[in-house]
Amino acid sequence: MSIKRILTITAAAAAVGVALAGCTAADPTAAPSSSASMEKIVIGSQAFSENEIVAEIYAQALETAGYSVERKFNIGSREVYIPAIESGEVSLLPEYTGGLLQYFDTKTTLKTAADIYGALPALLEPSGLAVLDQSTASDEDSYNVTKAFSEANNVTSLSDLSALKIPLTVGGNSELETRPYGPAGLLSIYGVTVSFTSIEDYGGPLTVKALNDGAVQIADLYTSDPAISKNGFVTLSDPESLMVANNVVALINKASFPKDAKGVINSVNAKLTTAGLVQINTESAAGDSPATIAAKWLKANQVG
Amino acid sequence: MNFLTDAIAWISNPALHEGANSLTARIGEHLGYTFGAVLIGALIAIPLGILVGHTRRGAGIAVTFTGGLRALPSLGVLILIALSVGIGFQAPLATFVIMAIPPLLSGTYAGIHAVNPATVDAARAMGMTPLQVIFQVEFPLALPLVMAGVRSAILQVVATATLAAYVSGGALGVYIFSALARRDYTQMLAASLIVIALAFALEGLFALLQRLARPHGTVVLPVK
Repeated sequence: MSIKRILTITAAAAAVGVALAGCTAADPTAAPSSSASMEKIVIGSQAFSENEIVAEIYAQALETAGYSVERKFNIGSREVYIPAIESGEVSLLPEYTGGLLQYFDTKTTLKTAADIYGALPALLEPSGLAVLDQSTASDEDSYNVTKAFSEANNVTSLSDLSALKIPLTVGGNSELETRPYGPAGLLSIYGVTVSFTSIEDYGGPLTVKALNDGAVQIADLYTSDPAISKNGFVTLSDPESLMVANNVVALINKASFPKDAKGVINSVNAKLTTAGLVQINTESAAGDSPATIAAKWLKANQVG
Repeated sequence: MNFLTDAIAWISNPALHEGANSLTARIGEHLGYTFGAVLIGALIAIPLGILVGHTRRGAGIAVTFTGGLRALPSLGVLILIALSVGIGFQAPLATFVIMAIPPLLSGTYAGIHAVNPATVDAARAMGMTPLQVIFQVEFPLALPLVMAGVRSAILQVVATATLAAYVSGGALGVYIFSALARRDYTQMLAASLIVIALAFALEGLFALLQRLARPHGTVVLPVK
């Protein structure tokens, strides 16, 4: 290897290093600069598009109402953003009730939207956190079948499954196999025996295809997934509340979030529905920016 | 607390060795992918490599083609194929065949190409037909490098066959993906140790075969 070649490689490696360092400089959880005024509301979001768009809706609604906001989106998992909101670096973040409850109480057995929302304030209080009104919009696990399967077997609810005499296979991410709402829960609550096929794309296109192909009869998809209506899937109703409710709710830091701004967020959540989330995700998949989608949603729902 | 002893305890748990989903069945699936993909890959790549090496034509295309195949991200290829053929074993097998072809093709091509032209001329001068030249002179002399290609393909596939579980294809990746979802690092380590052990065992076996493939009366220079 010639000296010149070694130098070239070294220079290239250094350039990559500098580029990577540049990425880390924009750490969304970094402490706020001292120049930030007290009135500025810092809004965070989780690291996926649906949550980021809801955060953007909150941001635009607050801006319209005359507040100054700062966006710190894409903060990643609860292990990262919960400490950030506890410390006050972030004052507002769109959350999901079930997931939030399980973070603060890993042993919880609550499942319905009302029970979970009722349990949250007491759990969040010691950390200086609170939730505002919960919306009806939910992004939770659901069991889905094809329209053809639903019609041929007359199945629209999980409670219809136990009467079927055909072998049933559930497709979902491998963690579903050991979750309380997985095959064990289907057996204990609905009396249905199913076998399990793991498909590791979290209800993504492979899972959708497996359901369409008949490789599985039942697939675990998120309720806000546009693929459900696009493929004409039937989401089986869950009368015994096997699935843990996961409604959109605004999580705030009680000290840093201005009390008079609560009404703005509550008026957004009052209009947010699961169909609205599906619409948001459809537009996001089509490539629209969060700002465009949020503005469109606010206009359509006459909020702000 | 010791991950390694926990992992070994996990492997020796008797419950793991029973039923249709036993560890033995998963190892069988893993080896099935490995040998199946390399066998299918060999049926495609070795004739192609002989052709390119013997005719000395299309070498540039072969090199570019194998280089391009090597650069493909295997998980991406797997998902793309699975999106057209569905979940199960077909998509992983096709992916692993694609991964096995470059080392097999370049090993065969290089082996044939490296045969001394004087030897080939001598064979022709003795009146050998082109097929006789290939099968009695060039291929036997190229065999050590062909086997090096096989050995490299086997290692490549055995290490990557864990991806099959992403599309419900079974094999040892099942343990790794389910451990990832539940943050069960003991199980993840245990499954990885089994994959490593398989890779070492196959590497040893094929190193031996490569040595046996050396024709009598020839000296193979150490590969740089």
